[in-house]
Amino acid sequence: MPGLVINILDLLTALLQASIVVVSIAKGYSRRYLTINLYLAASTIVLFSRYYILSQHGLLSAEYIYFYYYSDALLTIGLYFTLMGLYATVFEEMKAAQYLRVFTILLLIGTAAFTCAVVQQSGPRMITRYVVEMSQNLYFVGVVLTYVLWGAILKLRETRTRVIQLVLSLGVYFSAFAGNYALRNLYPQMHVVWEFVPPVLGCLLPLSWARAFWSVSEEARLAPSRLMAVPR
Amino acid sequence: MMAGIILACSIVLLLQFFVSYCRSLIAVSSKQVLSPEVKDVTGIQRTASGDDFKRVMQLLQLCPERPEDKNSVQAIGAYFNLLSFLRSTLARIVPSMRAWAESERGHCAYFAAVALERRISFSRDMLAQQMDA
Repeated sequence: MPGLVINILDLLTALLQASIVVVSIAKGYSRRYLTINLYLAASTIVLFSRYYILSQHGLLSAEYIYFYYYSDALLTIGLYFTLMGLYATVFEEMKAAQYLRVFTILLLIGTAAFTCAVVQQSGPRMITRYVVEMSQNLYFVGVVLTYVLWGAILKLRETRTRVIQLVLSLGVYFSAFAGNYALRNLYPQMHVVWEFVPPVLGCLLPLSWARAFWSVSEEARLAPSRLMAVPR
Repeated sequence: MMAGIILACSIVLLLQFFVSYCRSLIAVSSKQVLSPEVKDVTGIQRTASGDDFKRVMQLLQLCPERPEDKNSVQAIGAYFNLLSFLRSTLARIVPSMRAWAESERGHCAYFAAVALERRISFSRDMLAQQMDA
């Protein structure tokens, strides 16, 4: 039964992600938001693969758990690139694309080195709490990077509604996942609850991105200072 | 220790991102002017108050759902509940927060009225398509 619920949620998320990519290509803004579309395409493939492995081996099998955590770590790194794409969009008028590319490469190398260190340290206990700790750290780095981008949006007075909503929904997603993994780390005995949270949270990002792409036009503008709880 | 710090930071930042996201949804809808019939139905003339929210949401649930706005209506519903919680707890101690929470609750009601307007026109379009078919 838990496997079935996770299956259904993952399939719905995969279909939504695939439809965002298809609509982006059809409407011609797939190049403008290339990193987002690449991430959604990769995530769709991973979700279908997870569905296949889950149906073949079951929810508690080592195959599924290994595939789940490794693909999750890779998708999180993919989300970093999505975030860097959004950085490039926000900083495009400052001609900072070259610096961002260097920063992205350094970030990838740093993340890979950090991940390797964690994996080597944990060795055969990869499916224990080390993997949860690694995901927690990866997501938390994502939260910090998104917060820095949000600060830049406020400082540079970025007014594009679509970009603002894409960044904010990414911030909600990263912080919700980082919090969930931290809770998992603190209370590992409640693993039955934590198994269900990622598929539910996983739907939220494509849902909010679908809204940003389909309901908000590229020309829509809003003052970012209005979004602060305390007026600036 | 590390997990505890990450959890605390994540909750604070989650709240900040969520509030800003909801305010961005509200800011987009606040530019839309309500039609006279929606004003009559909801009783919102120029500015909405927080007390209108539940009534407008009940009206909203009577209309067929638009797939595009389901997610945002739920997010604003959660934001409204958060504001109501703040109003009945922290705002009792800090009076300026009470005025802010009340104003935000009014914006949530206006957002719901705009969503109602969109759902009504969506229903009309669907009906027109059925009539044509």
